[in-house]
Amino acid sequence: MSTQTRDEGLYDYALREPRLPAPENRENDNIGIPIEARLEMYEMQQLLRQFEKRAYDMFLQNLVKGTSHLSLGQEAVATGFGRVMRPDDFTFATYRGHAHTLSRGADPGAVLAELLGRENGILKGKGGSMHLTSVEHGMMGSYAIIGAHLTIANGAAWSARMRGTDQVAVCFFGDGTTNIGAFHEALNLAAIWDLPVVFVCENNLWMEYTPIDLITAVANPAADRASAYGLEGIVVDGNDADAVYQVATQAIGRARRGEGPSLIEAQTYREQGHSRADPAKYRPPAEVQAWKERDPIPMYHERLLRLGVPEGDLSTIQQDVARRVDEATEFAKGGAVPGEQHLLTDVWADGGSAWRN
Amino acid sequence: MAELTYRNAVAYGIAQEMRRDPSLVMLGEDIAGAGGVFKTTVGLVDEFGPDRIRDTPISEQAILGAAMGAAMTGIPVIAEIMFSDFIAVCFDLLANEIAKSRYMTGGQVTIPIVVRTANGGGSRFGAQHSQSVENWVMMIPGLKVVAPSTPLDVVGLLAASIRDPDPVVFLEHKSLMADKQDVPDGEILDKLGAARVVREGTDCTIAALALMVPRALEAADRLEDQGISAEVIDVRTLVPLDTQTILGSVSKTSRLFTVEENPRLCGWGAEIASIVADEAFWDLDGPVVRITTPHIPLPAAEALEDMAIPSVDRITETVTKRMG
Ligand SMILES: Cc1ncc(C[n+]2csc(CCOP(=O)(O)OP(=O)(O)O)c2C)c(N)n1
Repeated sequence: MSTQTRDEGLYDYALREPRLPAPENRENDNIGIPIEARLEMYEMQQLLRQFEKRAYDMFLQNLVKGTSHLSLGQEAVATGFGRVMRPDDFTFATYRGHAHTLSRGADPGAVLAELLGRENGILKGKGGSMHLTSVEHGMMGSYAIIGAHLTIANGAAWSARMRGTDQVAVCFFGDGTTNIGAFHEALNLAAIWDLPVVFVCENNLWMEYTPIDLITAVANPAADRASAYGLEGIVVDGNDADAVYQVATQAIGRARRGEGPSLIEAQTYREQGHSRADPAKYRPPAEVQAWKERDPIPMYHERLLRLGVPEGDLSTIQQDVARRVDEATEFAKGGAVPGEQHLLTDVWADGGSAWRN
Repeated sequence: MAELTYRNAVAYGIAQEMRRDPSLVMLGEDIAGAGGVFKTTVGLVDEFGPDRIRDTPISEQAILGAAMGAAMTGIPVIAEIMFSDFIAVCFDLLANEIAKSRYMTGGQVTIPIVVRTANGGGSRFGAQHSQSVENWVMMIPGLKVVAPSTPLDVVGLLAASIRDPDPVVFLEHKSLMADKQDVPDGEILDKLGAARVVREGTDCTIAALALMVPRALEAADRLEDQGISAEVIDVRTLVPLDTQTILGSVSKTSRLFTVEENPRLCGWGAEIASIVADEAFWDLDGPVVRITTPHIPLPAAEALEDMAIPSVDRITETVTKRMG
């Protein structure tokens, strides 16, 4: 961690001391997770990685319009939680939500088509990359104004209890989000109402272009705030899908049993820029390098080999995923540009947008 | 038949709907134990219990967020924001999330929420507890906006708002709370998007909302004495807006006045004036005139606040002068 203080006036952040990842914990090989589940998580991480790389390529080809925020390097978080969540649980994510949408089972073709602004997009082209939603998969939305969706996740959790179900809401957000008021309002309400909600901070060390430690009063932006709401401060290696799976199992289990909310800080790293073609030159090169060496996917690959999975099985998975991503690409590119008939629909529940008679 | 105050009509309407729909819940600050700071929710927690009538912390974002999350997963919610001025604190939830999510998701989510809030001046509370914020919410695509002027309309329009599958902002006027009216027995249900001609007239149309309706009616009485026959329309819901009733009236009277409590710029009357200018220009015999609060923060002193908000005197004088 950096030794520079907040007021040293160093604004070329690339010159700061790199914030290095904790070393991989090999003990996590022994977490009791069935090998089938691990292979599924390997496949999911491959899908998230290959999908977003494709989305990035298509952005550079000017096919993906607008903005997009990739989770390259952060895939283990969406994967671990996605594997533990039940189909009827609720996901709430941010504009950095491709991974959280795919990890709930949404169709990659429809997601990519949305990024392209096509009629066959998952939101008919009306929401775009920052608002991915798939209610049929429990993916209740991607929210692009920092903070709001933590409060909305509470509502879904509250509703689960009122409807007498044991559904759980899981809400993902970044480290920067811990400094907005809605975070604190949401945590307090979840705690006093004992809501079945799990808040997951993906601490990728950077807000947008500012190091999180420069602008946050505590070292662990989420975990160190937990005690203010009577919660345990939980930190997990967000680059290890098995470690994430383990804390997800505990937190979701607690929520499902009616034992209340959790706040988890998953330490990870955004391997690319904040959005679009941001080259992220503001980061210390040694930091980027060290985290790339802790990339979740090669690490998981090595773990599966250690656990006796043949290399051939893993390359088959990779190739299957590559085929799916190619199919998704074709589906997306083949979609029509949305017609005028879609412009004025879906404002009201009656399907229309009339505001006068 | 029972006589209700505007204040009691709120709880009456909520109770009617909570008895009808056992899934309906309400949350807000001081609404359960205290019965609301305006005493609009007295008795509800006794009948429906603290799980359905929930006191919250001072967390307006958490209130609207919880309402939205519950509504989009199958529970209709009434959320109270104590003073409409406080909407500014949770405007993101209202303007960006609640209003837009259905459209942004291609129609995947339905958000049956009513945001009830105490609106308007006359209480000498000053600029942060007296505003008429109907224009703040009216300008957001995806929100319906209702502002009743009578106890009966409170019950009927509240019921219609609760049953509406879309988000509704329901503005209860602080200075109408003590007004009384007989309401019929049995279920009361009105509909959104219907203005009401509350007084017929032939020389000019006065469109008013909430507290401005009784003032416009009193002004119309005085105008009658001066030989001017004014038709008064209670606009009742700003979104959806019943333009046909207004256009129909203007085609008869050929003059239009709006009486708005909101500060001047972008008040609801400006939209109506624009529609009338666009679609009924040839029906008009003179300019459309807007009578509004000046474009200032509301002052606290009794004398100053009374000067700011359109009064019966100002309405009468303006109409007389501009009709002359
Ligand atoms: C209320 C608000 N303020 C600012 C922004 C602009 N903004 C978009 S993403 C972002 C950084 C968020 O950082 P973090 O929460 O760490 O999430 P990450 O992008 O790292 O996933 C900012 C400031 C916003 N969308 N909403």
